[in-house]
Amino acid sequence: MAREPEIAIRMRGVTKRFGPITAVDGLDLDVPGGTCVGLLGPNGAGKSTTMKMLTAQAIADEGRLEVLGYSLPRESKQARAECGVVPQLDNLDTTLTVEQNLYVFAWLYRLGRGERGPAVERALEIANLNARRDTRVDELSGGMRRRLLIARALVHRPRLVLLDEPTVGLDPQVRQELWALIDSLRTEGVSILMSTHYIEEAERLADTVTIMAEGRAVVTGRPTDLVAEHAGSEVLEVYGPPARLAEVEQTAVAGGLRTRRTGTSVAVVGIEEANGFSHDGARRPANLEDVFVLLTGEDIE
Amino acid sequence: MTDGTAGRRLHRLERPALAGVLYREIVNFSSYWRSATFSSTVEPTIYLLAFGFGFGSLVSRVGGYDYVEFVGTGTVATAVLFSSVFPAMFSTFVKFRFQRTYDAILAAPVDTEELVTAEALWIGMRAGVYGCAPLLVAIAFGLDPRPQMIAVPFIGFVAGYGWAGFGITVAATMKSIDNFSYVISAVITPLFLVAGTFFPITGLPEWAQHLAQLNPLYHTVQLVRHAAFGFELGSDLVHWGVLLVFGLITWRVAIWRMTARLVM
Repeated sequence: MAREPEIAIRMRGVTKRFGPITAVDGLDLDVPGGTCVGLLGPNGAGKSTTMKMLTAQAIADEGRLEVLGYSLPRESKQARAECGVVPQLDNLDTTLTVEQNLYVFAWLYRLGRGERGPAVERALEIANLNARRDTRVDELSGGMRRRLLIARALVHRPRLVLLDEPTVGLDPQVRQELWALIDSLRTEGVSILMSTHYIEEAERLADTVTIMAEGRAVVTGRPTDLVAEHAGSEVLEVYGPPARLAEVEQTAVAGGLRTRRTGTSVAVVGIEEANGFSHDGARRPANLEDVFVLLTGEDIE
Repeated sequence: MTDGTAGRRLHRLERPALAGVLYREIVNFSSYWRSATFSSTVEPTIYLLAFGFGFGSLVSRVGGYDYVEFVGTGTVATAVLFSSVFPAMFSTFVKFRFQRTYDAILAAPVDTEELVTAEALWIGMRAGVYGCAPLLVAIAFGLDPRPQMIAVPFIGFVAGYGWAGFGITVAATMKSIDNFSYVISAVITPLFLVAGTFFPITGLPEWAQHLAQLNPLYHTVQLVRHAAFGFELGSDLVHWGVLLVFGLITWRVAIWRMTARLVM
């Protein structure tokens, strides 16, 4: 067994440019061993580039990267041997069966002759795909393909799993299934870095969330702490015609409160601290989305 | 937990990485071997029959050989070319561009160098085997089998490895699969015709004969023919040398181009 690092991923001042575009801009990021860190940000925030750098499929222009104690990109191959990667875009071998796909990765991850069979069985078990083991991938449903992608990344019992948008494009029920699967990994003590642009996903699964915007880490913390610190405890959601909403915003700003527009409504943040705010609306608990919009000025979905 | 990898520095061109990529190819091959085998063997065989018997009825002997035997040995090189350069171009392009297979492989402990090497080894091995098909057909039509013909799969492997590197380079360099037709029309077809497959290059203008010396396919044809009719030590060393240098160059260039394409 290798040394158990206290930090599964450590990034310091990591920058990646593509021509004139700076995709990742001086990023600092830590994934403590055995925790799940959610990388939350809108499309184009640099999440996927960050993920690519952790497997040396993108090479940083500046900064230091360490994965499982290995220094990247020089020792990336050792790091990859102990990582599992679930890509955003499905890259399964579609003409092979479920079981064949898993065997291919048992080989690629260098499992010994006697280890491959049990490893594939275990992966089938985790992903609940035992009944489908002989089914060709192109005959599987979207949800099953996603489960297979995750199982494939676990076949060699990695210490760190990188999940890039694990549930993007899936219907809510399938998403719940995958969340349960990811949650069970966390329980086993696997370190996880998960990029997502679903607020709920980050809230549900991540011990720590880093909000990313324009290639930088805007804020890092536990979801509940971030909400308490940046959005207070309650939000007043006021619906109405544009003129009314403008009026609400004016009153709020005059009273030192922050607001954000959410389509047909205005959300007044930290309403619990306001005295005599006269407008009627629906009170709801503040959430990570409020934090996200307040800090980045961007809508997420 | 993978055994033995933890805490150890990993090296270049490791056997387990090559084995992993080869295993993937072999498993995939089980799902498409029929079509691959069909196109790689039937096409050269048709050339052999059409030229051998069609043209062979006009000319019975060419370059000192019975024409059917001349073409039979020549089409081995054609089979090697077709079964290596086309899969290397098309399936490589599909794998890294559309199926993103290479993204998946490079996320495992495999480097681009190992990936490209294993792919070229696989294509080379296939070409070595498929190259024997026209030879067997020629034997069925009267070519005398000789023990030296055992060299044919090895000649096919070395030549196929080189063509694989060439094809992977094309796949990694071209922006669109439509652009492959430039390579096929401007490079593959001329090389295919000026290789001494269907007629001896001695009938060509002098400049074309010089150019043929640079054509790996010509050297493949010569080696196969010598395997069937008798090796000529001096010139065969040159033919082997050219094929090995061709393989070495295309291998390194393919790694370089593929790395540029796959690693941002």
